Amino acid sequence: MTQRYGFQREWSWQTLVGVAFVATTALAACCLLGLSISLLGHFSIGGLPHVTWEFLTEAPRNNNTEGGIFPAIYGTVLLVILMTLLGVPVGTVTAIYLVEYAREDAAFTRWVRFGVNTLAGVPSIVFGLFGLGFFVQFVGKGIDRLLGLELMWGKPALIWAAATLAVLTLPVVIVSVEEALRSVPRQLREAALALGATRWQMIRRVVLPHAFTGVLTGSILAVSRGAGEVAPIMFVGAAYSLPELPKGLTSQFMELGYHLFVLSTQSPDVEATRPLQYATTVVLLLTTFALNLTAILLRLNMRRRQLMNR
Amino acid sequence: MATSPSADLKAQNVDRDTLTESPLRTSHSFTQRRFFRWGEWIAEQLTRLIAFSTIAVIGLIFLFIAREAIGVFSAHDTYPSPPSQATPEVYGAEPPEAASPEVYNPEAEPAQPTTERLSSPAAGNTPSQQPLPLLQNLLSTTWQPVSAQPKYGLLPLITGSLKVTVIALLLATPIGVLAAIFVAFFAPLWLREAIKPIVELLAGFPSVVIGFFCLMVVGSFVQETLGTTYRLNAFVAGIGLAIAIVPVIFTIAEDGLANLPRQLWEAGLALGARPWQVVARILVPAATPALFAAVLLGFGRSFGETMIVLMASGNAPLLSWSPVEPVRTMAATIGAEMGEVVWGSLHYSILFLIGLLLFAVTFTLNSIAELWVRQRLLKRFRGLTT
Repeated sequence: MTQRYGFQREWSWQTLVGVAFVATTALAACCLLGLSISLLGHFSIGGLPHVTWEFLTEAPRNNNTEGGIFPAIYGTVLLVILMTLLGVPVGTVTAIYLVEYAREDAAFTRWVRFGVNTLAGVPSIVFGLFGLGFFVQFVGKGIDRLLGLELMWGKPALIWAAATLAVLTLPVVIVSVEEALRSVPRQLREAALALGATRWQMIRRVVLPHAFTGVLTGSILAVSRGAGEVAPIMFVGAAYSLPELPKGLTSQFMELGYHLFVLSTQSPDVEATRPLQYATTVVLLLTTFALNLTAILLRLNMRRRQLMNR
Repeated sequence: MATSPSADLKAQNVDRDTLTESPLRTSHSFTQRRFFRWGEWIAEQLTRLIAFSTIAVIGLIFLFIAREAIGVFSAHDTYPSPPSQATPEVYGAEPPEAASPEVYNPEAEPAQPTTERLSSPAAGNTPSQQPLPLLQNLLSTTWQPVSAQPKYGLLPLITGSLKVTVIALLLATPIGVLAAIFVAFFAPLWLREAIKPIVELLAGFPSVVIGFFCLMVVGSFVQETLGTTYRLNAFVAGIGLAIAIVPVIFTIAEDGLANLPRQLWEAGLALGARPWQVVARILVPAATPALFAAVLLGFGRSFGETMIVLMASGNAPLLSWSPVEPVRTMAATIGAEMGEVVWGSLHYSILFLIGLLLFAVTFTLNSIAELWVRQRLLKRFRGLTT
């Protein structure tokens, strides 16, 4: 690195300390890389050979020790779609407020930002308790009482698990939609306003179409986060093993992550189901990574466009 | 040091702040000069209302967890009360598995004598069959919710949570911060572009997968290399948590370091310091608030993490400071027992109380990281850049 200065330093112990310092930091970075790669490698080698068509399309048999994971995949997909429908609109509108209407220095704006950051830091198990205490015990029981039903909504169900995950992934959506909205060039907004559009017309017709990629990125990130979470849904609707697929919003469901937890810790014969566990992990990881990768590529594209616009 | 994408965003934020006086920001002068539009007003108020929901959700979480936890004062145990001639050795000698019979972990079984040794005589061997007073019960040293005389001592759980969190931070902080220093200051551009997505990939690992990895690989590895008695213990869980929080610490630290003002770097070099000296003596101290925030958020994340600890810690509620004994944390207790508990019982309420405690701790940490650290960082940057 010395040639940068244009003059030659004499060698001293400082050089040695410097080399050692840089080497230590590089070693730490290598640790991080090695960790990621070994995790990926371990699961690919252990699981990929066991992912077969039968595994993906069959229901588990014989107390989860044989068969496939189709109900878990189906349940996860259903859960994630419902979660997106519930959470993404709220997150998007919040981001619109923060970017288009809020004044940065207003107390309310600061509180909303504080709320978003706090929400991002709440442990996922606490969301599970919230889902049980609020959605199941309060909202669900309330609906039952209102409609005079026996016990339909006031029990762990697909819809409550989706609502819990929607709350959990709200900060993810808000942050990435906000970034997308900020990347819309100012000239476009000014042009729209100059042409006589009102503020809402400008947002609706100019800003939102431009930020569509960002909304998509936010949804994908939320889905990838939600698909991997187990703790919040453990007692809000996920089931150990079900003979049939979920019928409606109020039925229980199987989920990939929870299925992995059940297989690896509560199976009657843990050793025998080892291949099933690895294969489930691989399916879960592939889903998460495919989603994350899409989001990363979309965001990269967006940032590049943003740089060009400046 | 090159600017990262997030640096661009920061710069744009500053732009927006200075723009406050421009006509675009003061929207009302636009609309009011024409005529008042109800549609516009409704749109703005609706978005404001929905934005308010983020604050409302925080309030609701607190309110509704507290609502279920309040039962601590009124609820009764629904477990059959023991007959008066019950033999005294039933409690105190109960194996820790009784607390969570559903969690498969044969490794923790030999832990039984340890519990016996650790359970204090005051809490474990009271001759009366009356249930303990609530506060005394909560502060006792035994967690044994399913037994003839249920004991809800929170101390083993709290120390368990602290123990695994400290282990995780001790492992993850040096790696995360040093790697961040390397990526922010020393790495060539192509390497930086390669490392960041890979770390993002690591951050995307679901915690249940990391827990499974610890259960399968790390547990055996630790037992073989360190020769520990139990395959699953606090140290294994600590490693798992470290894997989970290293990306968090790395990302926040790297962000803080890469967004330091260029002038610091240039001035240091101009004064004749070597690059590593500038980094170690000027840049890293200047970014202390960001590094502090990184560690705080890492603490919060690992303190509340459930699945990793549930799968890799051995789950025995022992009160000990040994890092190689099985451990039970607060979050794992909720995760393991909430599924089986009778709704509305004392046990149920106490699990919610633990959740409230978890929420309070992470909320406090977040507030500190948010209000104190960000403000300091902001002031420092403003003082330097303007």
